[in-house]
Amino acid sequence: MIEPHSLVTFKVDGLRFGIDVARVQEVLRATTNTRVPLAPQVIGGLVNLRGEIVVALDMRRRLGLPDAARDAQRMNLVVRTPEGPISLIVDEIGEVMEPTEDQLERIPDTLRGPVRQYADGVVKASGGPLLILNVERAIDMRGS
Amino acid sequence: MDDIDDMEEVINDFLVESHENLDRLDRDFVAFEADPSQKALLPAIFRAIHTIKGTCGFLGYSKLEALSHVGETLLGKMRDGTLAPTQARITALLAMVDAIRAMLHSIETTRNDGADDHAALRGTLTALLTDAPEEPAPVATAAPVATPAPIATPAPIAPPAPIATPTPIAQPAPIAQPAQIATTAPIATPAPIATPAPIATPAPAVPQPARPAPGEPATAPTTASATESSVRVDVALLGKLMNLVGELVLTRNQLLQHTNLGGDPGLMAATQRLNLITSELQEEVMRTRMQTVGTVWAKFPRLVRDLCASCGKQVRLEMDGQDTEVDRTLLDAIKDPLTHIIRNAVDHGIEAPARRIAAGKPAEGTLSLRAFHEGGQVNIEIVDDGGGIPLDRIRKKAIERGLITPEAAARMLDQDVINLIFVPGFSTAEAVTNVSGRGVGMDVVRTNIEQVGGAIVLESREGEGTRIRIRIPLTLAIVPALIIECSGDRYAIPQVSLVELVRIEPEDVATVVEHVHDVPVIRRRGKLLPILTLARELALPLEKNGGAVSLVVLQAADQCFGIIVDRICDTAEIVVKPLGRMLKDIGVYAGATIMGDGGVALILDVIGLATRAGLLGESSAGFRAEAAASAIAVAGEGKQRVLVVGSRDDARIAMPLDHVERLEEIPAAMIERTGSQEVTQYRGGILPLVRLSRVLTERRTHPRHGPTWGPPEGDLLPVILYSSNGNHVGIIVDQIHDIIEEELTARRPAVRAGVLFSVVLLGRVTEMIDLEWVVASLERPGPAFHRAAGPKNTAASGAE
Repeated sequence: MIEPHSLVTFKVDGLRFGIDVARVQEVLRATTNTRVPLAPQVIGGLVNLRGEIVVALDMRRRLGLPDAARDAQRMNLVVRTPEGPISLIVDEIGEVMEPTEDQLERIPDTLRGPVRQYADGVVKASGGPLLILNVERAIDMRGS
Repeated sequence: MDDIDDMEEVINDFLVESHENLDRLDRDFVAFEADPSQKALLPAIFRAIHTIKGTCGFLGYSKLEALSHVGETLLGKMRDGTLAPTQARITALLAMVDAIRAMLHSIETTRNDGADDHAALRGTLTALLTDAPEEPAPVATAAPVATPAPIATPAPIAPPAPIATPTPIAQPAPIAQPAQIATTAPIATPAPIATPAPIATPAPAVPQPARPAPGEPATAPTTASATESSVRVDVALLGKLMNLVGELVLTRNQLLQHTNLGGDPGLMAATQRLNLITSELQEEVMRTRMQTVGTVWAKFPRLVRDLCASCGKQVRLEMDGQDTEVDRTLLDAIKDPLTHIIRNAVDHGIEAPARRIAAGKPAEGTLSLRAFHEGGQVNIEIVDDGGGIPLDRIRKKAIERGLITPEAAARMLDQDVINLIFVPGFSTAEAVTNVSGRGVGMDVVRTNIEQVGGAIVLESREGEGTRIRIRIPLTLAIVPALIIECSGDRYAIPQVSLVELVRIEPEDVATVVEHVHDVPVIRRRGKLLPILTLARELALPLEKNGGAVSLVVLQAADQCFGIIVDRICDTAEIVVKPLGRMLKDIGVYAGATIMGDGGVALILDVIGLATRAGLLGESSAGFRAEAAASAIAVAGEGKQRVLVVGSRDDARIAMPLDHVERLEEIPAAMIERTGSQEVTQYRGGILPLVRLSRVLTERRTHPRHGPTWGPPEGDLLPVILYSSNGNHVGIIVDQIHDIIEEELTARRPAVRAGVLFSVVLLGRVTEMIDLEWVVASLERPGPAFHRAAGPKNTAASGAE
């Protein structure tokens, strides 16, 4: 079962997600990400994180959602991984929330597609349901 | 808690120090054995063992202490001259070094000096303490081999230890494996305690005071005297320092960019100064990462000695340029390849003494290692005077393994045959020895070297020897690079690969850039250079400027090619940052770097780019075809290798061999068709076929038309596999006559389409066909062959 953690919330194409706050290294405004030709689609580019070059994954593409508008101001959510930081490009960052245990639920069986693949559970939150992102799966590049 | 941590630290220091000492021991022992007159080496050897013994006594490793104690006693007597340094003694002492190493390894992993008390070895050493009969029994077998060159002697390791131990190591053959002694020494042997009980005071735990060694070995001055003026620094710390300097360089670059826009003179002066200091700092920090190749080579004398012993060969190892400095990461990368090459040289390269003598060579082979700097790169040469690479055996092996057909093998250039050894899984060793011949080898060597941006070239002359040349860059951390722009993004190209920059003015583009098939080429100094458009290779939108073309000429391996970029920006010292696996796998990026303005630029991997474009590697035939086209079109002079085929009406037709990837024979029954196109299944793909006689004759009457084929004639059809830009076409000919090397002079203009010119070959008028034209007759939507134009603007100039 999913442990209740403090979650950093964010939105991708209207969908609300949460991610364990302990996994988040920092949040940055998405500046000019350098594109990587020939890279898998989900790779949204490279970010200069104070001298460290970090790969950014476009969460819209990862979740099979339509691309963001060209001029959309998006955010880099930098998460810690055993191989160093990786940035997730999301639409906007929300507040940090602390779900109670009874707010946590399994993903409804009717939810299908990539979103289900990358979600661990659902939080019944006041602003609508919140999907808990499985970071390991989201950053796993095998098969993409 | 603290005590335990302190202890850990002491043990770690002990391990690091002891490993260094042992490495030196190996080298010193072998040097001493080679030249027993070098008595000066003995005190150094003695001290090293003494230090180990003292420290491990202090740390409570009694087995290790007991062993090193016996060794020390023996060494002491040898040093004092009371005992002669016989080969048996040296061999036993080397076995002791191995045993100590095994124990150290055990300490490293388990904090325990192991279950094995090496009683047998101790017994051997003790037995050798008395100057009894010159060589005790088991050794006698090998004693007659009193060779002049001690490195080469097939030294029997079988310990001459009948006195103390109940023959635990039953290795009667003179060819024993020294390295195994340490690991296979019996564990359970109830060895009589032959060692004199550890004499009271173990030496203090402090390392031996580095007193000025009286007769420091002349062979290893750098390592031996380094203790006084050097500090041991954690490699990770150096790495961190290097990263910080990298950051500093970036910041400096940013600062320079801002101040260059104009500003306060005081600020500009300070910035300039910062600039200079940063450069100097960068250079110095880089030097801290430098190590001499000698640190890797130090292991080789022992390696060669042991190999000789187990292969029954005599080899003299010569080393030159040990103090050549290389970045330590690179050194790590070439360590295994070098070891492998040396193993190969001794095991396969240098012949057994008897064979050498029979071949009129000295019984003792020479293996020489040479390192030197050249053009910002480090060169390492490994030369042996052995038998060279047996071309016939390689051909045979390659055919056996199905790598090439017998025809192809027979037609291959010698150098191409040699290069077969770099093919994965290739080994010519008749028998798999414990040294080499398992078929993992030169391909891995090459991969390792290429991974660090190096290159390896192998030359061999049968009967005379082999020369392997390895070239690696000095450092990988900060490299000078050319910054270019493509589709609005910047990319860095390491200067090492850069040959030249060419700007083609708009009005010249049409004349300078020619096409062979679909591949654009330009002529540079009489050679055709294939050209890639970077944006196209990277699948980026092409920038339309219609203006001048900026061409960057690069060298990858031994191939030159040009890439068209949108703009050439600048040169810069860039700090190479590694890319994660997911991006590395793309294969065209060597890393990334941060530019002066904080943006990220990808560093192009030139070899990867060329390979991706089909200019290198397995599909290099495409490139060779281009090169061959150039040979016809441009050079015209000099000899050329051509393949002569016959047509049914006994006319002679020739084509440049370099266009040809392979000669095959396919059964007529294998020919299938898709629409009007004849095809065959070939290596898991579909190979379009074209019949030479049909295309040529038919062309004469009504040009390019969907051909209608009659029934195939003959059972096995000779097929010329032609490859261009990764696409293959099979050309069915009636008969393959010969491959000859001729000067294609005395030409006559062509009389029919598809022919470049006529020439006299083998006493017959022969038509030189335009393979490109033949291939273009295929109605096929492949990028390379889909060309509407005939031979007009391509190789047609060759007909003039």
